[in-house]
Amino acid sequence: MPKSLFEKVWDAHSVRTLANGQTQLLIGTHLIHEVTSPQAFGMVRDLGLKVAMPHRTFATVDHIVPTDQFAEPYRDELAQAMMNELRKNCAEFGITFFDRASGKQGIVHIVGPEQGITQPGTTIACGDSHTSTHGAFGAIAFGIGTTQIRDVLATQSMALGKLKVRRINVTGHLRPGVYAKDVILHLIRILGVNGGTGFAYEYGGDVFDRFTMEERMTVCNMSIEGGARAGYVNPDETTFAYLKGRPYSPQGASWDAAVTRWKSFASDAGCHYDDVVNINAADIAPTVTWGINPGQAISIRESIPDPTKVTAVDEKASIEEALAYMKLTPGAPIKGTKIDVAFLGSCTNGRLSDFQEVARFIKGRKVAAGVKAIAVPGSQIVAIQCEKLGLDKILAEAGFEWRSAGCSMCLAMNPDKLIGDQLCASSSNRNFKGRQGSTTGRTILMSPLMVAAAAVTGSIADAREVFALNN
Amino acid sequence: MALAKITQIAGRGVYVPGNDIDTDRIIPARFMKCVTFDGLGEFLFYDVRKNADGTDRAHPLNEARFKGATVLLSGANFGCGSSREHAPQAIQKYGFRAVVAENFAEIFFGNCTTLGMPCATASRADIAKIAAAIEKNPQIEVVVDVAQQEIRFGDQSVKAEVRAAARDALVNGRWDAIGELLDGMTAMKAKAQGLPYLAA
Ligand code: SF4
Repeated sequence: MPKSLFEKVWDAHSVRTLANGQTQLLIGTHLIHEVTSPQAFGMVRDLGLKVAMPHRTFATVDHIVPTDQFAEPYRDELAQAMMNELRKNCAEFGITFFDRASGKQGIVHIVGPEQGITQPGTTIACGDSHTSTHGAFGAIAFGIGTTQIRDVLATQSMALGKLKVRRINVTGHLRPGVYAKDVILHLIRILGVNGGTGFAYEYGGDVFDRFTMEERMTVCNMSIEGGARAGYVNPDETTFAYLKGRPYSPQGASWDAAVTRWKSFASDAGCHYDDVVNINAADIAPTVTWGINPGQAISIRESIPDPTKVTAVDEKASIEEALAYMKLTPGAPIKGTKIDVAFLGSCTNGRLSDFQEVARFIKGRKVAAGVKAIAVPGSQIVAIQCEKLGLDKILAEAGFEWRSAGCSMCLAMNPDKLIGDQLCASSSNRNFKGRQGSTTGRTILMSPLMVAAAAVTGSIADAREVFALNN
Repeated sequence: MALAKITQIAGRGVYVPGNDIDTDRIIPARFMKCVTFDGLGEFLFYDVRKNADGTDRAHPLNEARFKGATVLLSGANFGCGSSREHAPQAIQKYGFRAVVAENFAEIFFGNCTTLGMPCATASRADIAKIAAAIEKNPQIEVVVDVAQQEIRFGDQSVKAEVRAAARDALVNGRWDAIGELLDGMTAMKAKAQGLPYLAA
C-alpha cells in the first residue's frame, strides 16, 4: 500500500494506542522557549518526574528578548525572570540552551533548521503554534500547549489523534513580485482560517519543487493560520543540500545512510489523500490582509470589502467588526492606505533570503518621512549572514533600524510595540486585534518586499510598481 | 493518578458573542510574562473588557448578572491562533468549567480537554436559544452533559457534541494523559531504539 509521508512518520513513531483511541506518539525532537515552558517544568517537578530525553530537547529564548539591549538584567523585570527561569531549568535538567551568549540564539523555528536539528522523517513538538514551520523538511511538527510540553518533557511522547491529509498542489509559475508569503496568504484566503481543521497539509507541485527551503518554511509556518495542525513538504535534494554540514546533521558515513532513510519517508506515488486542492500559481497576486485574521486578505489591486454588498449574515458581521477595528473604508482600494510602522522579521519572514530580497530593491531608496521601520533578523546567525553581506548597512541607509534577533514586533512581548492605533505593514503571520502590542494597533500582513514598498512610499503599495518589477 | 470523571458540568452560563475569537484576545500576550499560571483569571479577555485606564468596557463578563457563571458560550472557531495554554488556563482560573461553541480550533480544544474542561459544540441556532434563555434569566441552570451529548437549560434541551476521544477521556477520568503515557515508557524507549536518529 502506497503511503503518504504523514502516515509513514506517524507509523514509525506510534508507541501504542491509548484507552481513548488516541495514539501515544513518540516525539523525536522537543524544542522549547521561555514563554510556554516554565509552567511545564513546574508540573514535571511537582510530579517528581525527570526529563526523559534531555539530549533530544533544545531550548532558545526568543519572545521576550529586547532587540536593542544585549546586556542583562533587562529593563523589563518580568522578561528577566523568564530568562532566568529557562536558564535554571535547562541547567537542572541537562538541556542544550542556545542562550544569547552562544551566538546561536534566535526564534525557535529558525534555530531548529539552522542547526540541522530539524530533519526529515522525524516528529517535532514545540509549545508554539508555528512549529508547523519545521514541516518544510518533511518532518511532522506539532504546536502544543503547556500541559503537553510537560508530557513530552517527562515521557518524550504525547497523546494525539491521527490527522487527515490534504494535498495542496501549486503548479505553474509565480509572477514576478509574488512570493511564498503570497502563496500561503492566498491559500488561507481560499480555504479559510479553519479550513484545515483535522488536517495536515502536504504542499507540493512544481512551485514547491523549485522553492528553496526558506520559501518552504514560510508556507509551512502559516499552515496553522489556515487551521491545519501541521504542514509539510516532501524531502528532496533541496532539503538534503540545505542540511548537509549543519552542526546537528549526520556527518561522514552516516550522512549517506540518513539521506537514504529520509528519501524513504517521502509520500509514495498513488498514496491516498483525504482531500486534494489544486492552485494555479499564475492566479496568485501580491496579497495583503485588510482585517483581523489572516484569512481576511485581498490582492493589492482589490478593494476593501464592503459589508453592505454581502448577504451572508456572518460574513457581513465579521467584515463590519474587522473594518471597525482596522478603521478602513469599505470599498476603498487597499493600495494607498497610510502606514505608520514597517516591520521586517518573524519566524515567517526573518531569514537571510527575506532581507536579501528587500536589500536588493531598497538599495538607494529611503523610508518615507514619519514611518518607523525596523528590521529584526530571526536569529543571531541570520544577523551575521546579513552583516557579512552588508545588508544591514543597506537597510540602515534606507532608514530601517537594524536590531538583534528575536520575535520582536510579531507579538510585542518585548519592548517593540505599536503605539495607539498605528498601522503596521508587517512581514509576520498574525493580524489579530492587539497582536503587535497596542490594544488598538493595526496590522497588515504581506511579503517582505511589500513591506519595503510600503516603507518607502509611506502607504500600502504594489511592490511591482514601486520597484519596477516586470509583470 | 485518579482523575475526576467528568460526565457533566452544571452551572450558570454567559454568552460572549463573536466568531474567530483568538487566544490573543482571550489572554493578551503581555500577561504571559509569568512563570506560573496562577492569577491569569483576572486578565481573561482583558483588552475587550477594560479601557486603557483600567475602567470597565461593555462586555458580558463585566455584567453583575453573569458573575459566577461556569459555562462559557461563544461562536465559531473559538480559540484560534496561538497555542498558548495560558488561554484555557485563564478561562479555567476565571471560574469556567466548560466551553460551548459552534466549533473550536484544534490546539485550543486539546489544551482544554487536557485540563478537564469540556469543549462542547452545538449549532448556531441552539447556542442562540441557550443565549436567549440566559439573557431572560441569568440564574437559569445550564447543564453541559458530556456523556449524553446534550445541553439542558430550564425545560429545554439541545443536542451537543463532544468528540469521541475527548468524551471518552472526560467521562472515564482519563483526560490528563500523563499517567497512561508514563505507563508506556518502556514501549516508548523500545520504539526510539528502532529509529536511527534516536537510538542511543
Ligand atoms: S516570530 Fe511571532 S509567530 Fe514566530 S514564534 Fe515568535 S511570536 Fe511566534
